[in-house]
Amino acid sequence: MPTQVIMPQLGESVVEGTVTRWLKQEGEPVEEFESLLEVNTDKVDTEIPAPAGGTLLKILAQEGETIKAGTVIAWIGSPGEAIPGQPEPGEAEGERAPEAGEPGAGKSAEAPGDVPARAAPQGDGGAVQTAGRSRELGFISPIVARLAQEHNINLAQVTGTGEGGRITKKDVLAYLEQTAAQQPVSEAVQPAPWETPGEGDLFRPTEMIFGEQKAAPAREEKPPQPEVAARPGVTKPEVKPAAEVFSMPGEGQLVPLSNIRRRIAEHMVISKRTSPHVTTVMEADLHRMLAHFEANKDSFSRDGARLTYTAYFVAAAVQALRAYPIVNSSWTDEGILIHNKINIGLAVSLGEEGLIVPVLKGADGLSLIGLARAIQDLANRARSRKLQAEDVQGGTFTITNHGISGSLFATPIINQPQCAILGVGAVQKRVIVVQDAAGADAIAIRPMVYLSLTFDHRILDGASADGFLAKVVDVLEHWE
Amino acid sequence: MPEMTMIEAIRQAMDEEMARDENVFIVGEDVGLRGGVFRATQGLIDKYGPERVIDSPLAELSIVGIGVGAALYGMHPICEIQFADFIYPAMNQIVNEAAKMCYRSNGDWTVPMVIRAPYGGGIGGGLYHSQSLEAFFTHVPGLKVVIPSNPYDARGLLKSAVRDPNPVLFFEPKKGYRLIRGEVPDDEYTVPIGPAKVTREGSDLTVFAYGMMHYYALQAAEQVASEGIDVEVVDLRTLYPVDRETILNSVKKTSKALIVHEDNLTGGYGAEIAATIADGAFTYLDAPIKRLCGPDVPAVPFSHPLQDWFMPGVEKIADEIRALNRF
Amino acid sequence: MELSADLKREMFWMMLLSRRLDERAWALHRQGKIAFHISGIGHEAAQVGAAFALKRGYDWVAPYYRDLALMLSLGMTPREFIMGLMGKREEPTSGGRQMPSHFGLRRANVVSHSSPVATQTVHAAGIALAIKMRKDDRVVLTTIGEGSTSQGEWYEAVNWAAIHQLPVVFMVQNNQYAISVPARKQMAVKSAADKACGLGLPGFQVDGNDLYQVYERFCEAVELARSGGGPTLIETLVYRITPHSSDDDDRTYRSREEVEMNKRNDPLLRARSEIEREGVLSASEIAEMEDRALEMVNDAVRYAEQAPYPSVEEGAYPVYAEQIRQKEASHA
Repeated sequence: MPTQVIMPQLGESVVEGTVTRWLKQEGEPVEEFESLLEVNTDKVDTEIPAPAGGTLLKILAQEGETIKAGTVIAWIGSPGEAIPGQPEPGEAEGERAPEAGEPGAGKSAEAPGDVPARAAPQGDGGAVQTAGRSRELGFISPIVARLAQEHNINLAQVTGTGEGGRITKKDVLAYLEQTAAQQPVSEAVQPAPWETPGEGDLFRPTEMIFGEQKAAPAREEKPPQPEVAARPGVTKPEVKPAAEVFSMPGEGQLVPLSNIRRRIAEHMVISKRTSPHVTTVMEADLHRMLAHFEANKDSFSRDGARLTYTAYFVAAAVQALRAYPIVNSSWTDEGILIHNKINIGLAVSLGEEGLIVPVLKGADGLSLIGLARAIQDLANRARSRKLQAEDVQGGTFTITNHGISGSLFATPIINQPQCAILGVGAVQKRVIVVQDAAGADAIAIRPMVYLSLTFDHRILDGASADGFLAKVVDVLEHWE
Repeated sequence: MPEMTMIEAIRQAMDEEMARDENVFIVGEDVGLRGGVFRATQGLIDKYGPERVIDSPLAELSIVGIGVGAALYGMHPICEIQFADFIYPAMNQIVNEAAKMCYRSNGDWTVPMVIRAPYGGGIGGGLYHSQSLEAFFTHVPGLKVVIPSNPYDARGLLKSAVRDPNPVLFFEPKKGYRLIRGEVPDDEYTVPIGPAKVTREGSDLTVFAYGMMHYYALQAAEQVASEGIDVEVVDLRTLYPVDRETILNSVKKTSKALIVHEDNLTGGYGAEIAATIADGAFTYLDAPIKRLCGPDVPAVPFSHPLQDWFMPGVEKIADEIRALNRF
Repeated sequence: MELSADLKREMFWMMLLSRRLDERAWALHRQGKIAFHISGIGHEAAQVGAAFALKRGYDWVAPYYRDLALMLSLGMTPREFIMGLMGKREEPTSGGRQMPSHFGLRRANVVSHSSPVATQTVHAAGIALAIKMRKDDRVVLTTIGEGSTSQGEWYEAVNWAAIHQLPVVFMVQNNQYAISVPARKQMAVKSAADKACGLGLPGFQVDGNDLYQVYERFCEAVELARSGGGPTLIETLVYRITPHSSDDDDRTYRSREEVEMNKRNDPLLRARSEIEREGVLSASEIAEMEDRALEMVNDAVRYAEQAPYPSVEEGAYPVYAEQIRQKEASHA
């Protein structure tokens, strides 16, 4: 029996990888664990070891191809061995539902939990759609491309009745008739510029961005790994016949979407759809923590650890998670899975490229200096793109430091499949009312910080969430 | 309006042209006393005498070559080749002499002649009485190649051919000689050499055909109409020079093209039409340009099942239409 | 047959002019000024004799590529000939479209011919057929080399002419070689004229180097044809003194001795000595003729060299009769 080589899942939020280079050719012998191919994702570049020894019988995924995780990309076996029928690359065999992406750094776009299908007949057509083969739309014949361009048709809206579901000229003409009938206002007259439906990718329906095949079956299978909660999967949002028209405020400049941007967008939307998000905010008086920081940063530095505020917040979060294990969990249909380990994800900005969330594994086993070292290492490796796959996997709780840019408090988006995310705002000297030694009210100037906890209301209620957050505050305020 | 067969229309055309112009004469094997093996010239020797309806020796080369000479002198010969399959000895005279005379003499000498021959299969003629040769001649500047598909066009086109100052090859679909009947008005008319004709308007796809295949294409179009397929049919009529305008206009309208001819597929005339469409109407195409043609075997075999296998017909055309429509 | 002195002088002049023009063409080729020349040296008596038997300008002619003397006799000018060698626009056979010596001259009823040999003989028969149908009293002369009598084309032409008693004279200029193939490999009979009886028409062989004999024989044949007596086949036996063309090297297939020996039969020398002996022309008159010929040849070359080439657009027409354009008057 030959052995499958599967495209691995290189990170929870990573659903696919691009084959960059095969290190072995068909017919070559390969040993178990020997590096077989190089794969790139938007997070890591890594080599895939062979799952078995033998001869590389068949390569199914070519260099440059992007393959969904879980797909068979090659077969290893004895020379001449028959290869069983397998699905094409691109079709997932047990494909995992895409996970929520990194939490927004700051104010994420408020999107309602139920994203309506943006099925407007937006001008998307000609400039973007050219004749030829498109994975999403099938073969686009010259006349179809021409009509799409001339009439500003988004071909994703057109049902194909040709062979193999091909969009035919007739289909486009029928679509034109149909949409003309539905929008008697617009007719053949061009709307005024300020009413022109938005062009470009901003208003593309989700299925176009996520690459959903019209004819392909819905991907709803559970992921194989038990740690991760099942997701309802990416279902194609229903295309509402009465499309909403969103007016753009005028013309602008189109910025093409990078892969990272697409994936972040995808994850954010899915996360919001998955968990009911509630945010609760408390503030913490950090004067004790800062005093400790000032007193210890030099000695930490001598020990080769760069101490930052982040280490304190991680430490506080860890203690709170120990006290409230329910927060260190993931929702499953069978029950709330409380994780044994405490792995803290730390959102790191990659500038214009977006976010990455390296995970500090086993944070509960580290002292402050240990945390400082680990954080420094992760941050460096993240910025120099040297993270390994396991560095971005396995997080159970995430902290995002949105205060760096001055934000006071925020409503961060949960990093699926976690239960909650803690946003740390800007540390700001504020006037607060304290109690003096005599118990009387007094005014003090203290370094304050707002802590915003967004939690999954399926798992937590306000009381337990507040209890957890209060614990974090408590740890920070009473730092010795 | 009188109705007649294609062979009758052809005979009538020759009769009328002989009467109109005493420089017109007919030469070929068995054209005189026998009236032609297909009776195309029946009765003409009685009307015009053996000097104008000449029984030639069994030598195709000189049937054409004599015609060239006479045309140089100002006559308008109609040279009959008994079966198109036998035209090859005359290739030298047709291609090297007749076609090039005007150009090589810078217009001093022209060859106003018609070479007519029955062509095509489906009549049990085997390899040497069924060939389609148009592809050899639709490649020779200086010649005109005309193929009628119905009696009305046959009469009108042959008259035009006789009056044309250039050498014209007039291939007659022999299977249609008596099979195809049609209305032919009494009065004098000609059909111009050059333009193709849209014989059936439609919107789903265009079938380009000529000769017998056009006759079948119309029937196939009727058949599939009941299935909701709306076929446009174009009768090419003049194969050379090519009427690119009509062809491209039709494809721009329907976006799908099927070319049908009984000649062998590879290098056949349909390839030129397909190239013309690909060149001039590419952005209007909704499907690959299809050709339904005779298979690439030397010629139409004799035995009935083999002949049926070779020849495109109504059913095969209808099937191709359906497949193209589905694409 | 008694020939007038004027006629003799005129015929001699044609032979002389043809020879000098022909020689100049060889010189031009060796100078690199023309690309190709196919020569008629050695054929002058045969061609002039045949041409003068016609009603020139009235009868029709379907010649072949070696017929320089014939064409000059029919009225082609030296200027026109040299322009043809150079592919100039004004050359009357084709306006520069054909290779040199592919003769045709509408004003002299000379039909255009091509490179595949013997095709013109079928045309000649067709023309003769048309003449008969029209009941005109014209005659057609068609000429070929003996090699071309092997072509099916020629047999079919002669066959037609014999069946229908057409007014055509078939001339075969047997110069012993079809490029390198000697006559004995070209036919089983001794003379192409021997083929005539197999086809049903009279056939004669004459000494092609004997101007007057040729002329007499052709006069008879033309008269026979004109009076409705049908076709005649005449083989004029000559020798091709030069190689087949400027592209041919005849040293590969015949000896210099053979060529030298046959040069002694040079028709121009024979005609000259005869015309001097008869007293029709004196040596000084002949010398004057030579000067005149040289002058005409020089003029022709000068004229042709300065004449314009066809413009590039002219390559595209006339493919069809509808594209024929009016020609400007010729100054040649």
